[in-house]
Amino acid sequence: MKIRLNFSALRLTTKREYAIRFIVGGTVTALAGVVSKKFGPGIGGMFLAFPAIFPASATLIEKHEKERKQREGLKGGRSGRTAAGYDASGAAMGSAGLFVFAVLVWRLLPAYTAWAVLIGATFVWLAVSLAIWRILAKNGKNSAS
Amino acid sequence: MLEETIYRVLIGGAFVSAFAVLSDLLKPKSFAGLFSAAPSVALASLGLALVAEGKSYAAIEARSMTAGAIAFVVYASCIRWVMLRYKLPALQVALMAVPLWLAAALGLWFAFLK
Repeated sequence: MKIRLNFSALRLTTKREYAIRFIVGGTVTALAGVVSKKFGPGIGGMFLAFPAIFPASATLIEKHEKERKQREGLKGGRSGRTAAGYDASGAAMGSAGLFVFAVLVWRLLPAYTAWAVLIGATFVWLAVSLAIWRILAKNGKNSAS
Repeated sequence: MLEETIYRVLIGGAFVSAFAVLSDLLKPKSFAGLFSAAPSVALASLGLALVAEGKSYAAIEARSMTAGAIAFVVYASCIRWVMLRYKLPALQVALMAVPLWLAAALGLWFAFLK
């Protein structure tokens, strides 16, 4: 399965939708900080893996896919739900990478330069997520959409 | 406190938006979905924690983040299952499953990390 860049997809997202994602992301980051301050970093740290943007992204994907099908004269409801389902599938794989990211930061941060650990762990997140996606794609567990 | 909250909103919003735009650009959707679980909130929060509280504090946050990440796998897998089987809107399913994420994260934290 080929990975493609689709720049026209950016035009489908409205300014309001960009603003919603910015506000949701910012609010969750602020809330994680408030929880850490009030209950300690042990509890607050869990919210660093809160599905902050997923509800908004899945909704947008469902809406855009539905609109695309409707322009072709179809209803598009099922196709929108399927696209959102595959987005969730990708998010599950990305979360497995997120687990590896957290383990690396937890274990390496006390001993190494902070920025190098964060950047390195982000690359490992991408590599692990991509590897899981490729393995499942080869076995036919993912679908293009 | 207010100043720090404003920084968090701005930096967190910027990181989340950047990964969301990447997700918009990419196809197929199962691949783009990887970026819905990008470490955007984590990078913003850990960066700020490092500046304000130091390495030990940020490392404790990362340790607890492992529970949140496993809970995210459960959350996203559950949503996938529901979306491909039932005629429910994505927003409704994603929001209704948030308590599942919370329960899984807290359960794992109490069981293994407390």
